[in-house]
Amino acid sequence: MTPILDVRNLSKNYGRNIGCMDVNFSLYPGEVIGIVGESGSGKSTLLGCMAGHLRPSAGEVLFDTRAEGPRDVLRMSEPERRMLARTDWAFVHQNPRDGLRMTVSAGGNVGERLMAVGARHYGDIRAQAVDWLGRVEISDARIDDRPSTFSGGMQQRLQIARNLVTGPRLVFMDEPTGGLDVSVQARLLDLLRALVRDMGLSAVIVTHDLAVVRLLADRLMVMKSGRVVETGLTDQVLDDPQHAYTQLLVSSVLQV
Amino acid sequence: MTEYNFAYLDEDTKRMIRRAILKGLAIPGYQVPFASREMPMPYGWGTGGVQVTASILTPMDRLKVIDQGADDTTNAVSIRRFFQRTADVATTEHTAEASVIQTRHRIPEERLGAGQVLVYQVPIPEPLRFLEPSEVETRRMHALEDYGLMHVKLYEDIAQHGQIATAYAYPVKVSGRYVMDPSPIPKFDNPKLKMGAIQLFGAGREQRIYALPPFTQVVSLDFEDHPFDPSKADHPCALCGAEDSYLDEIITDDRGGRMFVCSDTDYCTTRREGDTA
Repeated sequence: MTPILDVRNLSKNYGRNIGCMDVNFSLYPGEVIGIVGESGSGKSTLLGCMAGHLRPSAGEVLFDTRAEGPRDVLRMSEPERRMLARTDWAFVHQNPRDGLRMTVSAGGNVGERLMAVGARHYGDIRAQAVDWLGRVEISDARIDDRPSTFSGGMQQRLQIARNLVTGPRLVFMDEPTGGLDVSVQARLLDLLRALVRDMGLSAVIVTHDLAVVRLLADRLMVMKSGRVVETGLTDQVLDDPQHAYTQLLVSSVLQV
Repeated sequence: MTEYNFAYLDEDTKRMIRRAILKGLAIPGYQVPFASREMPMPYGWGTGGVQVTASILTPMDRLKVIDQGADDTTNAVSIRRFFQRTADVATTEHTAEASVIQTRHRIPEERLGAGQVLVYQVPIPEPLRFLEPSEVETRRMHALEDYGLMHVKLYEDIAQHGQIATAYAYPVKVSGRYVMDPSPIPKFDNPKLKMGAIQLFGAGREQRIYALPPFTQVVSLDFEDHPFDPSKADHPCALCGAEDSYLDEIITDDRGGRMFVCSDTDYCTTRREGDTA
């Protein structure tokens, strides 16, 4: 089987400082990989490099495109990469304000990607927006309200709806549950798990919350100081950590 | 006339502006940056249009200046007098006689043709500005033809008002490529943008020039189920009776009295003179 995403020797330096170093992994269709590590370990840098937000210093990111098979997204032209970013890819930011247009109604936010790829029928766009708001448990009475009137959890769900409306195959998530309280977190995770399973999405989830990856990720990569120190099945890594840092990480989780 | 160079601007500046105009004509709808000069009038009074007009005027030209369709408003009178003084060109109020027409917010009702140039005063040239505040990002969006956001605005209009409520500065797509702001003309004028005259757009404060060569394809953006509608007030002109012209609503007293008259004063006057003759 061809991996949907194949990362080879990806490195990113910030001057003399290392962002991330020699990262290699393959992601297969329908698989969810979690990237964990402490703040400053290079998780978000790695995600940014893969999603085309940052320019890596070296390496390749091969994405299995629908039309032409695996292609290095770093060597694509900007229009091609943007097209990919609004059709086959999705990016969920930690802060929903980074991913939403706060001055545009919820329906407009969901419809933007559809209009960007050429939808020109208002009725159809609106129907899809209603459908997607329903899927992320936002009442369709709120469709014409601005996201600034939404709670944090609703904003995050709206951001997810806005990203998934074009039926992407690969989702990048940067701390999707960060900044939400635990009960809202639990519902969001439930929702994400259902969407990932139903749509057969492949996903890369960056987080420092081990509970999130335990619930969502099939495989796990542990990063420290820009390098991957341990990889493996999620349960295996969390239950029987090998690397000293992973052991520290797992034992640092507070027990209630 | 010894104090100023012909048409106020120095020849080097005019050459720089003409280059921007030529580039604009070569890439219809593309906003060409230019080094806008201080003009002896405030921003918002048409400093962009004045610089374009100054650069294309010749001593043989006949100039007409309109503001909201009218020849006799402050803005139009000031700019007309400015060019009378600094360029000593002939002026006119008749659309058909003019070779250069500088306009603010209207296209004349009378059809323009070969040999005429229409110069627009543009306050904000960027159609995406109120949706995306970053100039870096809007330029990138133009370069990559990434125009989904423009339809988001129209979507918001319909969601809020039940119809596309944008009544002026209605966005258009030029030659199937660039999305352009036709300056704040009423959307009633949008179909006239495809015309026989050259159209030049000058934005002084924002330092941009763009252009439409004659008969360039200009399409007003819309949705399949909410097509573009060049609407106007549903009345005939109270003075000349015209039913095909764009109307101004004039309040005549403080008891609700009002009348609708042509905003194009030359069109209205010509029609009334035709009646009496």
